[in-house]
Amino acid sequence: METAGVETSDAEAVERTLAGARDTYRVLVERHSRNVFRMAYRMTGNRQDAEEVVQEAFLRGYQKLRQFQGQANFGTWVYRIAANYAIDRLRTKHAEQSRRQVASGPQEDGLEIDPLMSAKDLAPSPERLAASAQLAEKMKEALDALSPAERTAIVMRHWEGCAIEEIAAVLKSNTNATKNTVFRAVAKLRKALEPYAGGMGAARAMGSES
Amino acid sequence: MNHLNEEELIAYRDGEEKGRAEAAAHLGECPECRKELARIEAVFAALDAMPVPDPGADYERRVWQQLEPRLRERRARWWEGLFEGRRLAAVGAMAALMLAAYFIGIRVGRNTPGDAARVAGTEKVRERVLVVAVGEHLGKSEMVLVELSNTEPRKGEKLINISSEQKRAQGLVEENRLYRQTALQEGDQAMASTLDELERVLQDIANSPDEVTPAQFESLQKRIEAKGILFKVRVVNQDLREREKNDRPSPTQGNSETKERNKV
Repeated sequence: METAGVETSDAEAVERTLAGARDTYRVLVERHSRNVFRMAYRMTGNRQDAEEVVQEAFLRGYQKLRQFQGQANFGTWVYRIAANYAIDRLRTKHAEQSRRQVASGPQEDGLEIDPLMSAKDLAPSPERLAASAQLAEKMKEALDALSPAERTAIVMRHWEGCAIEEIAAVLKSNTNATKNTVFRAVAKLRKALEPYAGGMGAARAMGSES
Repeated sequence: MNHLNEEELIAYRDGEEKGRAEAAAHLGECPECRKELARIEAVFAALDAMPVPDPGADYERRVWQQLEPRLRERRARWWEGLFEGRRLAAVGAMAALMLAAYFIGIRVGRNTPGDAARVAGTEKVRERVLVVAVGEHLGKSEMVLVELSNTEPRKGEKLINISSEQKRAQGLVEENRLYRQTALQEGDQAMASTLDELERVLQDIANSPDEVTPAQFESLQKRIEAKGILFKVRVVNQDLREREKNDRPSPTQGNSETKERNKV
């Protein structure tokens, strides 16, 4: 999908963008936006929010590009900007939801579950589809029940394989506290999902698109 | 060894180095803990199965298409650095934002009519806010200088307390430094020069003791007068007021904004 320069390295693209060739930033956007989207989706639980996180992350990345110079990897850098923005959004949303729940009970929104789409390559049986949809729904509930910090920690640690130090930086916390946050997240997810452990085999088979 | 608890099992699965050999040895001989670990593993398997929708084959292109016009709006991004590090800590985000908007205003004014029209809109609004902000800084500085210039020590007074002015000057020095550096960066020599002189005087006041002798006080007043800084500050401030007046878009809007400004 790279149109502005297949062979341009991230570092070169940053240099050229800073030198005034704004269109070169496109290389970076096209190279990293899908990964950022995937993380943002897992953080926010819905597509629209995830797309907004991606836009904002790359906009902020552009504005702060001078600060990037000398740092290791643009992908990791913009990813961290996205995670920072996503956790802020989560916190705001969390606070709003808490207020609403006091007044009118839980609010339904979040993951777009599309078992047909997610399992299309596996040609699943109707039973498996039903199990997948149920499990996906339970996962949505379990993830939504995590605090913003726990959700960020588990997404970054489990799905994105980030170092504890990197997660700690986003959470503005220390490594021990971050390890505890990861642990709390896993323990909570386990408690919520274990009753559906029978369906875990189906879960493995259901697969993920990315 | 006792059974591994949930935290230890999760840490083990996570690759924790501390106590790893012992945990591995225990797992090797304890079917119960292995079973427990498998149950934790199953939770991760479920997480892996969570579908992420495919954003579409042309997703990257769409991101760029939406982003690109927003980058164009941010032509004056040089001031973003103001939001970072020590300078932010010293002055605060609001001051930096106001400053940025002020100089964007200057930049807009310098562009060709076509360019200016393109970025007008929101930046015009910000510019007006910022003209007020820089004006306010100069106004506050002027107040400190006027108070000091107009104070006459009472007869027989051995020490004159200038702690109020001194504290205000300390805050203003930081603000002033930011404005000066930015003006310099932006190539506004006249503004930078006035701010430079103002900064020296403010620094002088900020570095004075809380209480000064009449002789020290007089010397301070003379330094303020010698540089004619009060006059220069008034001239620049007047210039900003003019600019503010000219930038008002319509009488109706102007009125409501004046009320807002007066609140500040």
